[in-house]
Amino acid sequence: MKFQRTLSVSAFCALLAAMSLAVAQTGRVDPLDSARWGDMHHSVLADAPFEFDDRVRVIAPTTAENPMQVPVTVDATALPGVEEVLVFADFNPIVRVLRFFPQEAPAQLGFRVKLQQSTPVRAAARTADGRWHVGGTWVNTVGGGCTAPSAAAASTEWQRRLNEVSGRQWTEGPNAGRLRLRIVHPMDTGLVAGTPAFHLEEINFTDAAGKRLMRVETFEPVSENPVFTLQRGALAGPVDARGRDNNGNAFDARIAP
Amino acid sequence: MKRHLLMGLALLMLAGSAVAAAFDYGLKARRVADGVYAFIGHTEDFDTVNGGNIANAAFIVAPGGVIVVDSGSSLRYGQQMRAAIAAVTDKPVALVINTHHHPDHFLGNQAFAGVPIGALAETRQAIAAEGDAFAENLFRMSGDWMKGTELQQPTRTLAAGPLEIAGRRLRLLAFDGHTGADLVVVDEASGVVIAGDLVFHGRAPTTPHANVAHWLAALDRLEALTRELGFKVLLPGHGEPSTSAAPIRETRAWLVWLVDAMRQAARDGLDMNEVLARPLPPEFASLPLAASEYRRSVGHLFPAAEQDVLEGRAQ
Repeated sequence: MKFQRTLSVSAFCALLAAMSLAVAQTGRVDPLDSARWGDMHHSVLADAPFEFDDRVRVIAPTTAENPMQVPVTVDATALPGVEEVLVFADFNPIVRVLRFFPQEAPAQLGFRVKLQQSTPVRAAARTADGRWHVGGTWVNTVGGGCTAPSAAAASTEWQRRLNEVSGRQWTEGPNAGRLRLRIVHPMDTGLVAGTPAFHLEEINFTDAAGKRLMRVETFEPVSENPVFTLQRGALAGPVDARGRDNNGNAFDARIAP
Repeated sequence: MKRHLLMGLALLMLAGSAVAAAFDYGLKARRVADGVYAFIGHTEDFDTVNGGNIANAAFIVAPGGVIVVDSGSSLRYGQQMRAAIAAVTDKPVALVINTHHHPDHFLGNQAFAGVPIGALAETRQAIAAEGDAFAENLFRMSGDWMKGTELQQPTRTLAAGPLEIAGRRLRLLAFDGHTGADLVVVDEASGVVIAGDLVFHGRAPTTPHANVAHWLAALDRLEALTRELGFKVLLPGHGEPSTSAAPIRETRAWLVWLVDAMRQAARDGLDMNEVLARPLPPEFASLPLAASEYRRSVGHLFPAAEQDVLEGRAQ
């Protein structure tokens, strides 16, 4: 019974989403009604011109079961000409989560984050005119995600496997063109006593000819052993993922189709 | 007439709030077999209305005393359980057993301080490590029902094998799968199998510490137990008692579907949010808590299924 209600609600949401595709809803009033929005606009977007824009979608569970691994999917593909997407969480002790620059790939990225308490999770997409288009959603969580030790802290396996990349491309079926990868890294925030910040900083995705699909800059709140989901766009063939962490440890992996 | 109705309504509301104010779980011992009684919890998640009365507990009246299996989710639950036991027998409690380390099964231990409290070694370790954090979380979920609740750790280590307590012969079986250590208590005299949370009945199973392959192996052994000559009643950790293995099959069907759904989603290249958004199959759609437990289980189980696919172990 409860599930049927959930179904009809999701059907309704799908209808709303379909309607919103037809007419973009934009405005200057925070749809998430967060007391921190003014600070966010100042500190994260440097007071640049912005509008709330439902063409920038942030998908995350309303209630996160595990604050250490909250799945977030950002989809700004409905907005043309996106050059940069900045993801942040108003009430996290470290607000910035990651930033990505879609080039040959569509403006779409899935990942997981650590959240310290219930917070809006937002994505601001910058178009060529320098304007930020902001979307987001509230995530409720029991919290503690940023000040809990990583699982790696309890074992030494990560030292042997640090920066090990595993991944796969999907070339057929409903998810053709999709690339997923996982990188072994503790992603320590520096907020746990005695454990300095140790996290991935940059990942570049290129095709075999060196043409760039996407550049991703990652900050402390990205979850341990990060998993990314992206669409490879029009390019075919293997994808190279190259990156490094804040201690200069580099990786270079090829993901074949 | 109308005024009487209103007054009646007002009285009812007063009565309702008086019950809540007294934090009365309304525990009534239900006889499931000769000398064996159960308290059947609501098939719900923790909230401030049920106060955490969501799991089953049991007691066995032995010749020389009472054997209690699981103690509920709070000091109040433990105290009220003790009072409800006293309404059935005036024998003293000889032993309290904790089947596993989940807080709806051991946070009433405090009401039994002074009585030996037994659990498997791994369960004792897990309660010592995680018990306080569990209690803190239940204060958040169940509110004032938890007032005064503090961790009372088990005091005695139990192991698989026969155990004679207060003149009654028990058979202890040590499994894992729902958690790192799951104890099943068989009361030889009555043929009651107290299965703990290896078995859910009429409620979706929970998986925060699950190893599903081990859990399924434990279910096979439990089902074999129900084919033994002396078997009479199966008491699951959540849901109604049963005289058949149906709840075991129900739990198995959910788990088999769940791990298969995780594997398939990972093979299809789904992102975790897409896995969360998937509809439940019709056979589970009306199972209480199916939608919420599915979402919780995606968080528990999908990352490992995904890792298998990305690392090329599951093509």
